[in-house]
Formats: sequence, C-alpha cells, structure tokens
Amino acid sequence: MTRTRWISLLGRYGVVVALLLLILFGWLRYDYFLGFFNISSVLRYNSMFALVALGMCFVIMTGGIDLSVGSTAALGSVVAALFSPQGTWIGLGAGVGAGLCVGLVNATLVTRLKIMPFIATLATMLAASGTALLLADNQSVSVSYDSGFTSIGQDNFFGFPIPAWIALAAYVAGWIILNFTSTGRGVLAVGGNEDATRMMGLPVGRIKFLVYLASGGLAGLAGVILASQFGAGQPIEGVGWELFAIAAVVVGGTLLTGGVGSVGATLAGVLLLGILFNVLNFENGKGWISLSAYWQSVIRGLFLLIVVVLQAKLAARGDAAVRDH
Amino acid sequence: MDTDILLSMTGIDKRFAGIPALSAASFTVARGEVHALIGQNGAGKSTLIKVLTGYHRRDAGEVTFDGKPFEVSSPQQAQANGISTIYQEINLVPYRSLTENICLGREKRRFGLLDWASMHREAENLLQRFNIRADVRRPLMEFNTATQQMVAIARAIGFSAKLVIMDEPTSSLDEREVGVLFNVIRQLKQDGVSVVFVSHKLDELYAVCDRVTIMRDGRTVKTARMDDIEKIDLVSSMLGRSMEKTEGHATAFTARDEKNIGKVLLSADNLAVGQIVQDVSFTIRSGEIAGFAGLLGAGRTETARLVFGIDRLKAGAMTYGDKRFEPRRPSDAIAAGMGFCTEDRKSEGIVPDMSVAENMMLALMPKLAKSGVIDEKAQQEIVKRFIRQLGIKCSGPDQKVRELSGGNQQKVLLGRWLAMNPRLLILDEPTRGIDVGAKGEIQSLIKSLADQGLAVLMISSELEEVIEGADRVFVLRDGISVAEFGRAAATEDALMGAMAHGNAPVVAEARI
Amino acid sequence: MTGTSPMTRTTARRFDPFDFLARYGTLIALLLLILFNLVFTRNFATIQTLNVNLTQVCTIVIVAVGMTLVIATGGIDLSVGSLMAISGALAPMIFLGKIMPIGNIYLAVAAAMLVSIAVAGLFGLFNGWLISAFRIQPIVATLVLFIAGRGIAQVMTNGNLQTFRVPQFQFIGLGRVLGIPVQVILMLLIVLAAAWMLKRTVFGRQIIAIGGNERAAELSGIAVARVKLLVYAISGLCAGLAGLVVIAINSSSDANLVGLGMELDAIAAVAVGGTLLSGGKATIIGTLIGAMTIQLVRYTLLANGVPDAAALVVKAGIIILAVWIQQQGRAHA
Repeated sequence: MTRTRWISLLGRYGVVVALLLLILFGWLRYDYFLGFFNISSVLRYNSMFALVALGMCFVIMTGGIDLSVGSTAALGSVVAALFSPQGTWIGLGAGVGAGLCVGLVNATLVTRLKIMPFIATLATMLAASGTALLLADNQSVSVSYDSGFTSIGQDNFFGFPIPAWIALAAYVAGWIILNFTSTGRGVLAVGGNEDATRMMGLPVGRIKFLVYLASGGLAGLAGVILASQFGAGQPIEGVGWELFAIAAVVVGGTLLTGGVGSVGATLAGVLLLGILFNVLNFENGKGWISLSAYWQSVIRGLFLLIVVVLQAKLAARGDAAVRDH
Repeated sequence: MDTDILLSMTGIDKRFAGIPALSAASFTVARGEVHALIGQNGAGKSTLIKVLTGYHRRDAGEVTFDGKPFEVSSPQQAQANGISTIYQEINLVPYRSLTENICLGREKRRFGLLDWASMHREAENLLQRFNIRADVRRPLMEFNTATQQMVAIARAIGFSAKLVIMDEPTSSLDEREVGVLFNVIRQLKQDGVSVVFVSHKLDELYAVCDRVTIMRDGRTVKTARMDDIEKIDLVSSMLGRSMEKTEGHATAFTARDEKNIGKVLLSADNLAVGQIVQDVSFTIRSGEIAGFAGLLGAGRTETARLVFGIDRLKAGAMTYGDKRFEPRRPSDAIAAGMGFCTEDRKSEGIVPDMSVAENMMLALMPKLAKSGVIDEKAQQEIVKRFIRQLGIKCSGPDQKVRELSGGNQQKVLLGRWLAMNPRLLILDEPTRGIDVGAKGEIQSLIKSLADQGLAVLMISSELEEVIEGADRVFVLRDGISVAEFGRAAATEDALMGAMAHGNAPVVAEARI
Repeated sequence: MTGTSPMTRTTARRFDPFDFLARYGTLIALLLLILFNLVFTRNFATIQTLNVNLTQVCTIVIVAVGMTLVIATGGIDLSVGSLMAISGALAPMIFLGKIMPIGNIYLAVAAAMLVSIAVAGLFGLFNGWLISAFRIQPIVATLVLFIAGRGIAQVMTNGNLQTFRVPQFQFIGLGRVLGIPVQVILMLLIVLAAAWMLKRTVFGRQIIAIGGNERAAELSGIAVARVKLLVYAISGLCAGLAGLVVIAINSSSDANLVGLGMELDAIAAVAVGGTLLSGGKATIIGTLIGAMTIQLVRYTLLANGVPDAAALVVKAGIIILAVWIQQQGRAHA
C-alpha cells in the first residue's frame, strides 16, 4: 500500500521536481539561461505545444487519444492566414473554427459511429492535412501584415509574449473545468470506468464529444499562433506535434488508459520537454558535447517508457490491492 | 392497498429469444425490511432484479413501488426514483476519490463551481453513519473491498434510495467485514430503508434477513419469514425436488461397475486461496467420477481452477500420480494429462470465430504438427471421428463454432480435451444451458469415458446429476469441504443436509 | 464492444448487406476501380502501369503483413515507420563501411541487410516484451518506439542524408528478375509465406486463437506471452526489410522521411482488407487486396487530375468507411 502510494506520489510530483532541477541546472550552468530573451522565446515557442497538450490531456483522461492535433494545427494556421487580411479577430476565429470542425468530425466518429479513437483520429489526421494542402495549394500562405494579425504571435503584453498569456489563460480555464465542474469530474470518471459512469447517470457520450471538440479547437488556436508567429500558414507543419503532446501529457502523470490526470502537471510536462531542448541547445553552445536536436525525441521516448512502465506497475499493484481484500 | 408494502412485482414474464427466463414471477418487499432473494444459477434472480431496475424490459406483469406504478427504462432512472443496486463487481470508479464516487451525478455547487468542502463533508457524514472513518479525498482503489462496498451504499443513501439491492455483497468479504456490513444493513433498516439481499450463504440470511423469497426456473416458489423456515427447507426449495421425476432415473447416468475404478490419481490436501477456497481436501481415482456439490459461491469452480493451474495455491498441496503437483499455468496441467471444460463456455471456452475443427484441435494441435506445420489430414480424421462419436450436429468441421447450439459447443469443448487422451478431466457444470436431449448424451458419454479409465471431476449444481453420476460426492460449503459420500450414502437428504449445515463454524455465532 | 442481448441472435441466416460488404466489399471495389480505369484512364492496361502500382504498394504490403499478424492477436504496432527508419539508417552505414570497413562488397551488403533487419526485429521484440511482461496496452507500448525510434535513426545519422550507388544492395529495390521488379517478388514471397503460416501452422492458429479469445487460448495451454513476443518481432522484421527496400529505391536514406506515416498506411491496408481490428480473424491476401485498392484509388484520382492532397482526404474517408462497415457487419452477425 505505502509502496503504491509512493509510486503514485512520484507520478504526481516527479515531473515538477524534474522541471525545477532542470531549471536549477540551467541557471547554474549557463549565463543567459534565465535571461529575459531566453525565457520569452522558450515561452513563445512552447505555448503552441502547451495548447495542443491541454486538449490532448482531456482526451487522454477519458481514455481516448487524438492523433490529429498536429495536422489540425497546420490546417488552423492555413485557414487563419487566408482570413488574416479581414482582420485579427476574423483570422483568429477562422483558425479556431477550422480546428473545431476537425474536432467535430472526431467527436462524431468516436461517439456516434463508435470508431476506435486512434483509428478515427489517424484518419482525420490525413484528412486535415490533405485539406490544409488543398487550401494552401501545397505551399505556405503568407499572412497579412497590415491587419495586425501578426501581433498575436509576436507581440508582448505586460512584458510576456501574448501566446504565453493565451496558453496560461487556457490552462487556468482547463484547471477550473477539470476541478470545479461536473463535466470535468465526469471526464475523469469516464476514463476510470466508463460503464460505472454510465450507471451513475452521467452523460458519457456528451462528455466524450466535448473533449474531442475542445482538442480540435485548441489545436486550431495553436495553428493561429503558428501562422501569426512565423508570418505564414504552414500546411506541412505540425508533423509529430501529437507525439510531443502525448509525451508531455504522460510525463505529467496522466494515465494513458484514462481516469487519472492533471492540468498543472501537463503544463509542467510541456515545460520540461521544452526546456530540455533549450538546455540541449545551450550545452551544444558550450562546445563540450554536440548532442543534436534529434536526441530530444529519443529522450522523449525514454521519458515515456519510464512513465508507462511505472504506470503499468502501479496498475498491477492497484489490481492486486483490490483483489487481496 | 397496504401502505407497509414498498415494492410489489406480480405476474412478471420475461423471455429471451423465446425462452422464458421469468414466468409469472412475483416479489414483494415491505418498508424497512431486509428481504433475502435466493435461487440457483439461472433461477431468475438476476433477471428479476434487472427487470426491476430497468435494465431489461418486462414482457408482462405489474410493478408498483412506493404506492405508484413503476416504469423505468434504465438503472439511472431507477436510481433517480429511489432504487439503487450494489453489484457484485463494485460499479464505482477506482481511481477517483471517495467523495467523487459518492457524489458524482448530484454535485454541490457554489457560484456555479463545485463546492468541494461541502461535498467532502457530506461524504464523511454518510460514511460516518456506518462507523467508517476514512480520508474521503483518497482514491477508492486504496481501500479494501468492504470499504468500497460501504462507499457504494453511501452513494445509494445519498441518492435517498428507498430500496437498496445488494447482489452477493459478502462474496469477497472476510468475517469481520461481513459483520460491519450487517451493522450497516441494520442501520439502513432502522432508517426505514428496505434492503434486498442476494446471497448463497445461508447462515448470513438468518443473521440479517427478515424474510426470504426463493426462486426456481423463473418462478417464485416460496416466500417465508426467516424465523419460520429451516435451512434444509431453503435448500430443498432452491434445488427443487422436481415432482415430475419421482421414480427411476432423472439423468442418463447408469449403474457403474466398481471394477473400473483404479488407484488414486489426484489427491488434494487443505487447498486454500483467498476467501473463496479456505480448506478443501479430496481425492480422485482413475476411472472414477468424483462429484463436487455445493451451493453457488461454495468454492467449487475456484478449487477446480487451482487444480488446473489457473490460480496459484496460497496454502495446501496436491499429489498427482505419486508425485507432488504444483501447476503454475494451465499448460503444466495439460502436460500432466488434464483437461478442463469451463463453466463459462462463451468467455473461457470457445473461440467463436474459429471453426469446429480449429476449436477442437486447439490443445492437441502442437502434438499433431510436424515441425510446426499442421497435419491437416490427421486433424480432419480426428475431428470427424469426434464429431461422429460425440454426435455433434454441425454442417461440417469447417462451420464456425459460434453458429452451434450450446450443447454442441459443449461437445466440441469435450472433444478438445478428449482428443488429448487425458487422464483427468475436470467438467464444470457440463450440462448447464443445454437442451434435454444433448444433456443425456453428454451424461452417458461421461460415464463411458470413466469406464475406459478416465478420472472425472464433475462439478454440478443439479443434485440428480451428482447423485446418479458420481461414484463419490464431495460437498463444499463456504470454501470448505465439509463432507464426503460414497455412491450408496449420497442421497438427496444427506447432500442437502451437508450443504445446509455442514460442520463449519456458523457465521451467525461468530459475529454479534 | 457492447454486449449483445440474446435477442439479436435469434434467427439464422438472412442476407445481411453489411456482412456481405464486410466480406467482399473490398474485392468488388478493386474490380470496379480496374473497370473504371480500363474505360476512362488512358494507357491503363499496360505493363508499365502495373509495375508502377505494384512498386508503390510493395513496402506498404510488406509492413502490413506484419501488422496483420499483430492485429490478429488483438494488438497494434505503431512503431513500424520508425523501425523502417532505423533499418534504413543502419544499412548504408554498414555497407558504406562507416562503422567498420568490410572489404568484400557482397559480404558488406549481406552483413548490412542481415544486421539492420535483425536490429529492427529486436526492437519489435522489445515491443512484445513491454506488452507481455508488463501488460501495457499495445497502442501505448508501441508508442514509445513510434516516438523514440525515429529519433534513434536521426541520432545515428545525425539527421544527414546518406546517398549511395551500390547496385549489389539496390538490387532489392531496382533489380528485375524475368522482367518482374525484385521488390514485387519479395512482397509476393512474404505474402504467400505469411498466408501459408497463418493457415497451416500451429503458430498461425495460435495467433488467431489469442485474438479470438485470449482466456480460452491460455486455458488450452497456448503460451500466449511467447506468441505475442514473436508476433511483434515479426512485425519488426517486416518493417526492417521494408526500410531497406525504400532506401534501395531512393538510392539514399533520410532518417527524417523513411517510413513516415507508414503505420497508418499499413493499418489502413489491414482494415480495408477485412481483418478485424479487434483481432481473431485475419486475412493476409485481404491485406494485399486492401493495399492495392487504396493504391489504385490514389492512382485513379491522380491519373484523372485530382491533386494528391485531395487523395489524402479520400483515403481518410475510405479507412473510416471500411472500419465502420466492418463494425456494422460484426454487430449484425
């Protein structure tokens, strides 16, 4: 029992400890690590991933998965770029709207047609990417620089990048929804035991529908930031984002089988993986070693492996504990 | 109408695919009463409960609850209308906290957001009524089964249930936990809540129930006050001494020649695992049919699983053909020459999408293959032989097994083991859910197999089958082997007596 | 899966359109496509068109064969694309002598092929180990290498493109025997071997039995863990071979691109081919037909002026349709 609890504590706070240690390491070792420029560029870049990971976190908590987030973001960036001449808000709304459309398709496939989440979202991953390429005519779409659209991704607000504020707002909202609304608790209950949740009288179908919709919308929002930050809608961006998001969510202690999860720890997971990349850059800058950027996916996979094995052991122990009594 | 009646169900009919599961069943529960509902497997208890809670739609009959006609189409609706069910496999969410499990579905809010403080307080209060002090913020999975059950009950009370149905609530509890549960039930009763208590442990019924309703073959056969009915009457009403089969043989088993019985093949001493099997000892000789009798939940299937290496022994030892036998997995038992026809054909026996031949050859296949390649011809011959010998009705060896009737599926599974030429065959409820004709065929087959020297361990809930089929009968009661009878001594009265009283410590005295 | 009430299985055989479509839909679609192309697409009935389509479909089929076996046990292997990248990265390093110089080019090529395929097989074994020893869900377990595998390949090559011109090696991608491309021969050999294995060997039966009813399989004495281990190893081996074919065709190996998106193509071929995604029923020939159908749809669209991006959307639709029909056929059966 105590051992189970120990592992679950590790699962819960391990990521925060690791994050703090990594920041401490960076601060002690590199001169400009905690400098304003580095902090704001890390935040600016990772806020897109943070948004995608937030949606993924909710989907995974219900026991599902959304593999379409990367190409949904790409589609969102293209649509936002196409609409950007009409104004900042219209561009923003169009990008998010495109994401919501993909989310709607996913939600319908999973909850109405009962298609396995990973097959459904793999297919929409293809479809979204194809649509993005069609709309963009196979090239990147430049955004309008007159309408102020680029300020979403490039400007600061109270000294911090706007994308970081957006991500922060999304996480606060996500945290409140998860912890202080019935829908949020329903998300965790569905992932923990779908049949029991249905027997308890909760609207299982609606809860699942909402998480896929939200995941699509957040991916669209990430796409808007992408377009605005780099000045173009990019139909071939977003490859592998789903992997980053899944890794961040799982490293944050959310069970891939659903039922246990935390919004805060997901944010910590995103920052941990993002800053790891940043540290790698600094380390290469020092010239002692030269670890290529490619190491990050190996390390990401390694993190995932450790967490997944730990989770499996925890689940086995949990089962045994239930059986013994 | 009598205002003391909370629930009344009359003339309930329910058919599945034309086969009646309930015929004119009735059931009445008074306010503040603890009412036992008992019956054999397939007697219709769970169908009755599922009809009541809206899981199944009834074909005919009337239900009144709390003075009004009661029409619900789902367990959720039943819950909202005051009937909560606590299932055997606890239907809660293990990873979530006690509070959430108690309050999900009727959360408290403040300013539109969940009010955790008051939800925790409510959960604590509900649990305290049952003298349970627990950190309601911890996930459910960290607590033992008894506490989890209390949580389920607390949830039901929180939904202001007027009737709580408990489906075998004590099957995985130890004695102390059972005591706690009984206190909770008495508490509920004091508060005017009615409880329907489904259990097979007779002592428990006397300890906590006011009345009992006994079901058999989809009918209500008897309702009585617990004070007015003897244990032996409970058992005989449940097993149904069928009036129509008074003389002669009720089964296809015929007399056996003692000469066919050889020396002891398997002896098991003091087997135990968990709460279900506590102390079981028995022996089986080659050429002998050994029967396991007992009520549901007596630990018969669980004992068989130990022998076949599906579960690991916690205590006790087995000897098989003069050697110590410690199977770690089914393949060990199979290698030792055992076969096991499970009770649950569908989930543990057949591979539904495979053909008759493939299903039958599943265990033998590796032996029959030449360097991993299936010897199709040899297989076909064996399969055809068994189809003929066992009289399996199918369009041919290549028909999908899921298209067959239950009796024929069972024969395919028998064929799977017989093809291995085993020394010991374990048959768990070999004739359950099988039509009368096929039943007789399977019974005579079992006998002729034993005549050829096969040792058979037969678990059956049908008394006739054990009495007429088995050379020796072991009676299990609450996980303990309480009695052994030879063919002559194995009478209905003797077996029922052992099932009802045994010589195990009586729970009713152990608690208080 | 929802529990079927006993009511649904009352009557015996009626004609069920979903069941019919689940069985023969893909074959009919393939024939219709061929018919359509014969009428509307110019130069369709040529050896060249056949070769183009067959070459394109080869690597997908090779990977999909392994995937079919994995799916037949009720699992899934998301790591195949990454394993292709690993074997594709490793082989040139060996035959170009970057790891250690090997004098004889034939020896070098043989070593390269054997080692890189074996390494991919070992990674597959690792997947199987995670799944059977820790009881991790297949989709989660193979996700680890899905993410890390490509990184490993990129780290090995430092992300650089490896180009080469080694005919002895590239024979598997560019060579011809009796006018038939070697990779087509490889594909057919693998398909036939796997189809035979699934139908005629003990191992094949055990795979199907595990997917059909794992409890029953275990109670019948089948070593479930060992079968699963082997199946994932085979999937790794297939991916390793496919990786070699891809780089042989391209005369170069780019760890960023080899096998990208292959897991979806393979799963799609398996699903469209009629293998149950929940396990217990599998057809290798179906997988071949499924892969060819998807390829021919794409070819038809492209040959008739539809952009490649739109073909992606159509492909997504086909996958969903196939899985949906299969589920309906199942629910009605």
